[in-house]
Amino acid sequence: MIQVSSSPSVPAGGGSRPAAPSGGNAPQAPGDDVLEDLTPEQLAAQWEEEKPPAAGALANAASSLVVLGVGTGALVLSVAMGLGTPAAPEPGLWPFMISCVMVVLGLFQLTVGRHNRDAEKFTRMSSAPLTGLVTLAAMVALMPAIGFELPALVLCIIWMRFLGGETWRSTLLVSAIVVAAFYGIFVLALNTSIPHLF
Amino acid sequence: MDFLNPVINGFAVVLEPSNLLYCLIGVVIGMLIGVLPGLGPAATIAILLPLTYNVEPVTAIIMLAGIFYGAQYGGTITSVLLRLPGEASSVVTVFDGYQMAKQGKAGTALGLASIGSFIGGTASIVGLTFLAPVVASFALDFGPAEYSALALLGILLVATISNGAKTKALIAAAVGLLLATVGRDIFTGESRFTFGNLELADGIDFVPIAMGIFGLGEILYNLEERHRAAKAPSKVTNVWPSRTDLTQASGAIARGSVLGFFLGILPGGGATIASMASYAMEKKRAKQPERFGKGAPEGVAGPETANNAAATSSFIPLLTLGIPANATMALMFGALLIQGVTPGPQLVEQDPGLFWGVVNSMYIGNILLLIMSLPLVGIFVKILRVRAAILAPVTALITLLGAYTINNSMFDVTLVVVFGIVGYLMKKFGFEPGPLVLAFVLGSLLESSLRRSLLVFGGDPTGFFTRPISATLLIVFVLVAVLPGIRTLLAKRTTAPSEQPITTKIKEKV
Repeated sequence: MIQVSSSPSVPAGGGSRPAAPSGGNAPQAPGDDVLEDLTPEQLAAQWEEEKPPAAGALANAASSLVVLGVGTGALVLSVAMGLGTPAAPEPGLWPFMISCVMVVLGLFQLTVGRHNRDAEKFTRMSSAPLTGLVTLAAMVALMPAIGFELPALVLCIIWMRFLGGETWRSTLLVSAIVVAAFYGIFVLALNTSIPHLF
Repeated sequence: MDFLNPVINGFAVVLEPSNLLYCLIGVVIGMLIGVLPGLGPAATIAILLPLTYNVEPVTAIIMLAGIFYGAQYGGTITSVLLRLPGEASSVVTVFDGYQMAKQGKAGTALGLASIGSFIGGTASIVGLTFLAPVVASFALDFGPAEYSALALLGILLVATISNGAKTKALIAAAVGLLLATVGRDIFTGESRFTFGNLELADGIDFVPIAMGIFGLGEILYNLEERHRAAKAPSKVTNVWPSRTDLTQASGAIARGSVLGFFLGILPGGGATIASMASYAMEKKRAKQPERFGKGAPEGVAGPETANNAAATSSFIPLLTLGIPANATMALMFGALLIQGVTPGPQLVEQDPGLFWGVVNSMYIGNILLLIMSLPLVGIFVKILRVRAAILAPVTALITLLGAYTINNSMFDVTLVVVFGIVGYLMKKFGFEPGPLVLAFVLGSLLESSLRRSLLVFGGDPTGFFTRPISATLLIVFVLVAVLPGIRTLLAKRTTAPSEQPITTKIKEKV
């Protein structure tokens, strides 16, 4: 069985009734009744718990270093473009000012904001966006060569079946309808120049 | 009565069939995305930006505005019926709305929310009608120095009032400003940060950035977000609230309208903050605060009124000063720029058709929404059956294909995917995407007015303090920069401790 569809909270399943029988809705039902009488505070606490786990200091340091890197890079490039004076600025002056601010903020974040809990950990669930991203990138790469229809169909099937836990039957049916609808809208009705096979 | 002439002419603009149609499309889409958890109004507006290329500016903004305030109505439905806030601005509605639904008064809660939203929205439009021309005429004398100060202040306010970490929001804003410098320097014509790439020579378009960071980033993020499984809602009957319910809630609606109107104007304010402030205020004012959280009608009516009033009044800074007050308004700003319209104080005078057309379309939109959320609410409840697993690939495809149609180029599509990754990673690492997009939109305005004013002042930065308005704005800028410490202290003293966990956990859905 595909790992995502066996988890009770299906990714991208907002407002969804997991369609797969293995969706695991059953263990949640009794819990749901217990939760009926929560006060706002308890409800908020419950939401807080359901949030993805916070990432540690390492993730914060990494993002600060990326900011520092970008800031320093932009700083060097702006100096190379020439700064000029405030009265007669050259192209590099404004980017130079911004990159200075960025470097300062990056340093501040690296030292003071190290222990903030606002970054999210990458979990097993993060494989879903990664898969999604790969399909999107593949679609961008393939579209000029073979048109949008087949990549779009494959994208729909992967997203619905493997990321969304739909049944094969509804996946195939809906994917076909979706691609046909897009063909109708973008190619037949709007007559855009989107690369298409048929 | 000269003042009223353009207002009345604005109605003629709204009543053109195509504008009415787009208004309807906008509010229906807004209602839908409000009902469906996942995509928020800003993401939807970003994804649909390519749609606006081939229509008149006024028509485009009428539709986009409809999506924005329509979402405020729709978000209520899931809050009340499923205890799942469709939008961040409806989170507090859950507390009393769901309890009312459990007591069999779901219809009453929805009815009160719709009527409150309608009154709040309408009161806010009336306020907008009278206040906007005043602000605009005041701002007509603004020179480059004032605009630099105003843009700086706007970016700072949006970054500091956002929910995430302030430093990270400011970093996001700095990245946005930096991205805006890519391309040809407007003063010298020299290329900046293009790395020899011809596609970048004219700078990065606003639309791929917005579609990527707001649209695709949000879609990717939602792929891993844990969602609670929703139960099929019970049937909603009797949405017309009784006279006693209305009397009980009327005070909350009146207070919510005023509170929402003013919080909406404030840069960085907006619907979410307005709804939370209204809930806190109603709870504080109530004679028996313990009723809150157990199905108090005021706890639904107040916040729902306030979020709609704020959504409407946040158009004031955009349409009169050309400074967007929040991320969604930054998208409107971008949409107007695409159309060749620069929002600013001269807009009321130079393009009254557009200005009053957009403002007056909100009356129509609110009436349409009232109809959709009272008698037709059952249809929207049915929409909840559409599964997100099916919606996600559809929205992703709309984004990619839509991005292609902007310039018929694959480069734009690639940019959208790249910025989609950036947007996703920003959300994962706790960086608000809103300030980035806002700063990007204001970037070139800020740079050009800064450089122009430095030319005027002969290169002396203290010149900003010789002009009263720019000096005031810059002093406010400094105050805002150092105020957060003082504000947290104040917040600790004024808000009841029980409110704390609620406010900290709400993540702005863009």
